[in-house]
Amino acid sequence: MIRPAFTNTEGEMNYMIMIYETEAAFRARSDEHRAVYWGAYKAYTLALKEAGVMTGGHGLQPPLAATTVRMAGGVRTVQDGPYAEAKEQLGGYYILDVPDLDTALGWAARCPAAADGAVEVRPVLTM
Amino acid sequence: MIPGLAAGSRRPAHARSRLMASYPVMRDAQRAAEEAARDSYGRLVAYLSARSRDVAAAEDALGEAFRAALETWPASGVPERPEAWLLTAARSRLIDRTRRAAVRAEAAPTLRLLADEAQEAAAAAMLPDDRLRLLFICAHPAIDARVRTPLMLQTVLGLDAARIASAFCVAPAAMGQRLVRAKAKIRVAGIAFELPDARELPERLGAVLDAIYAAYGAGWEDAAGSDPRRSGLAEEAIWLARLVRELMPEAAEARGLLALMLHCEARRRARRAPDGAYVPLSEQDVTRWSQAMIAEAERELAAAASLRAPGRFQLEAAIQSAHAHRAVTGRTDWEAILLLYDELVRQAPTLGALVGRAAALGSARGPAAGLAALDEIAPRSVVAYQPYWAVRAHVLAGLGMKDEARAAYARAIGLSEDEPAREFLARRAGALG
Repeated sequence: MIRPAFTNTEGEMNYMIMIYETEAAFRARSDEHRAVYWGAYKAYTLALKEAGVMTGGHGLQPPLAATTVRMAGGVRTVQDGPYAEAKEQLGGYYILDVPDLDTALGWAARCPAAADGAVEVRPVLTM
Repeated sequence: MIPGLAAGSRRPAHARSRLMASYPVMRDAQRAAEEAARDSYGRLVAYLSARSRDVAAAEDALGEAFRAALETWPASGVPERPEAWLLTAARSRLIDRTRRAAVRAEAAPTLRLLADEAQEAAAAAMLPDDRLRLLFICAHPAIDARVRTPLMLQTVLGLDAARIASAFCVAPAAMGQRLVRAKAKIRVAGIAFELPDARELPERLGAVLDAIYAAYGAGWEDAAGSDPRRSGLAEEAIWLARLVRELMPEAAEARGLLALMLHCEARRRARRAPDGAYVPLSEQDVTRWSQAMIAEAERELAAAASLRAPGRFQLEAAIQSAHAHRAVTGRTDWEAILLLYDELVRQAPTLGALVGRAAALGSARGPAAGLAALDEIAPRSVVAYQPYWAVRAHVLAGLGMKDEARAAYARAIGLSEDEPAREFLARRAGALG
């Protein structure tokens, strides 16, 4: 059952930092800019860990590797690619344990994707 | 339909920006009107709030008056005295609203007073300036410190909540709620629209100046957050500081704050190379500094010093003045800067001052002294403070401690908000070899 609460046992909140990357950013993972790209994310992850706020997260393979499944009206369709075409696509996420949304937004602003893509912040539901 | 000005809307009116945005239809008056709108908005809100004791109601009434102006002025022409026109319109709306809300007999004298006074004020050449009282209300101890700057920016300058929210990296909905709550608190708690007495004045003025400085600092927390394209609220903060200086010319710290911000602002263009790369202060091309702003800052600082009431903003301005002197002498007097930082840390040991002092110590006495000063800062306070890690990386590099320097550069990069800052720090880390 889902409780209408977003707090964990310590009274802190968990937030998901969703990283929406541009095509150029996905390309930068493996082209001549890759040292800069990975350097920025390694540094960001280090800063989150050293601040003691990161409780989880993963990078994702590019949208090309995605497959989308729908059961529409009992009919199954399986499509290559992400669920929606958009200029920016989900490239990874972090889970942060911080006191409030302001703090989470402060960390989101430092995420490298904020500079060229977008970073979405959402409270995590506690099950 | 103008968003935020919908009839019965309880959202803040953002009237000033609406008027400014719509002025192109009144072409010839545009520039003057923008200035007047900025100046008038706060004056009118202050005047109406001081009498109705209800900032939100004053803003709403003024928002409706601005909307009426947008509807009638393009056809009838801009009135000779726009401010008086707006005051009359806002006043009658405020009175209507109060009459509807409160039928109690005791409301009548207040209403009459408001009507008579506003009539006189509209007739007078110049509206009485209550903005200083409004500034002190916004930074009142009963108001949550986090919302003081946003409240000032909205009530005195008419900025909308969304822009304020972005500048402070806060969700717009949350910012809107905080502003509404703060205005309700002013009304419900009956916070007096009076200037603090002499005994309270220094502390209360300190809160006003802190709030103005916070507006300047919004979006620039990082040593590197200085992209000229993202000037944030710098212009607004300087405008507010000029206002306080004008209304309280004898307040040394107010002039010190203005001098400090002008010194920082003078270097805005020099903070980026033509290709957009970040340029640290020590490597800035001094010919790209604004000599006009530096000269004004120096005049303010001298005027402040002559008032013989030293304080933290004058010290910070003096530090920036010493840096500015490099344009004249070609060198930086780090010993002088260190002395000023020592005094600043005694008076106001903020994290920024402590890190600034460590950097000055590193430059004046060598990186080991800088590192020792950094080690004295509580580790818990710096986990998310970018300038600490940038300075730490710099002094570690100076000591030849490459691995430690690399780790500190990585922390600084991870805490940076903008791309040029990350690139600059990565270049420095790469140069460690």
